[in-house]
Amino acid sequence: MKPVAFEYCRPDTVDEALELLKEFGGDASIISGGLSLGAMLNMRLVRPKAVIDINGLEDLANITVGDATVSTGALVRQAAAMQYPALMADVPLLALALPNVGHYQTRSRGTLGGSVAHADPSAEIPLALVTLSGAVTLQSPRGKRDMPAREFFLGLLTTDRHADEVITGLTWPRRRDRTGYAFEEIAQRHGDFAITAVAAEATIGSDGNISDLSLGLGGVEDRPFVAATGAFVGKPGTVATAEDIANTIAETVDPMIDLQANADYRRQLVRVLGARVLMAAFTDATRQREAA
Amino acid sequence: MLRIKPDQKQRVTLVVNGKTVSGFAEPRMLLTDFLRHELGLYGTHVGCEHGVCGACTAIIDGAATRSCLRYAVQCDGLEIQTVEGLAEADGTLNVLQKAFNENGALQCGFCTAGILMSSTKFLQENPKPNEDEVRDMLSGHICRCTGYEQIVQAILQASGQ
Repeated sequence: MKPVAFEYCRPDTVDEALELLKEFGGDASIISGGLSLGAMLNMRLVRPKAVIDINGLEDLANITVGDATVSTGALVRQAAAMQYPALMADVPLLALALPNVGHYQTRSRGTLGGSVAHADPSAEIPLALVTLSGAVTLQSPRGKRDMPAREFFLGLLTTDRHADEVITGLTWPRRRDRTGYAFEEIAQRHGDFAITAVAAEATIGSDGNISDLSLGLGGVEDRPFVAATGAFVGKPGTVATAEDIANTIAETVDPMIDLQANADYRRQLVRVLGARVLMAAFTDATRQREAA
Repeated sequence: MLRIKPDQKQRVTLVVNGKTVSGFAEPRMLLTDFLRHELGLYGTHVGCEHGVCGACTAIIDGAATRSCLRYAVQCDGLEIQTVEGLAEADGTLNVLQKAFNENGALQCGFCTAGILMSSTKFLQENPKPNEDEVRDMLSGHICRCTGYEQIVQAILQASGQ
């Protein structure tokens, strides 16, 4: 369980990192926290010629709050995001998801950008970003581009990142008015990758009906995705609706099968967690509306 | 920019438990192996080598984290605390170690060094944790002997509760 021999490169600037990516032509791995890549290197599931350590790029460790969004540099540690005082007020879904990400001893080093780059279908941070319709910022010699998170994840450990690009940051839409957020997952051990994780953002109008809804599923198919819930907009934000949505969506998913769970179990988790998370989001939205 | 060739042995200098020490590492050498085989500090244990079991946890640059997911060359110049640095100056066990001893919080001891280092940092950040917080922190460690009850008790005792 030792990695293959690799060249170690620690660039001081993003431009240097991009030069290295070009030099190794796709045969290099970028390491930030190393919580996923380190394991894959040690098990020789990846055998790169070079490891490019971006931990020296301190500019990528900033959190910036804008009018409508919060930007997190790719190197923001999960623990640093959790300790960011306004996280629950600004990006509540991320604040709810983070305690489920790994453990005290892994969040201290693991980064938000690294989790997105790794693209485990069960990972919580990509799921939160997809549910909120956030974006991934990538930089290459051709310039910068913002990619909607919902189009960024292409499949198991596969993203739209090109071999010459580095992820520099993530963009999180801020909490919206009259909107509630909820997150829940089932994992074999607290902090492990979820067997199934469910996230929701729900807006409830003054008539008590759903005016906007985003229901994100992780660990179900080969990437985090948002379920097609458009037909339920306008329905009342009640337990009956929550159960109706979860039951309907559970019939449409095509769950993966692995050593942890079969498809039926994952489908059942979509039903149970889905109804629970939707109702929690409806309740939170109603509370926000009444407080406003 | 720092570049180290795959077979190149690089001098790595660390401040381990307050003492400046150095050795040589090629890029793929895990920090865990560097501590054990280059520095002779066998207290940090190697379990799963992919970040799951927690046996190798040390306090690296002020954070309790996995030393099997760090390469030694990444750590040049950093401060590291390992289990060897916990005892009092006269060699007697510190408060946390005594609490582990008194509560039977270890049997085979393989996981203990990592749990002690996590708990040390955790108690610095959270001096009066409740039981749920202790269990949440411990979820990053695997112990196959104790069933965790005694470990939870020991950590609560060490926090004066």
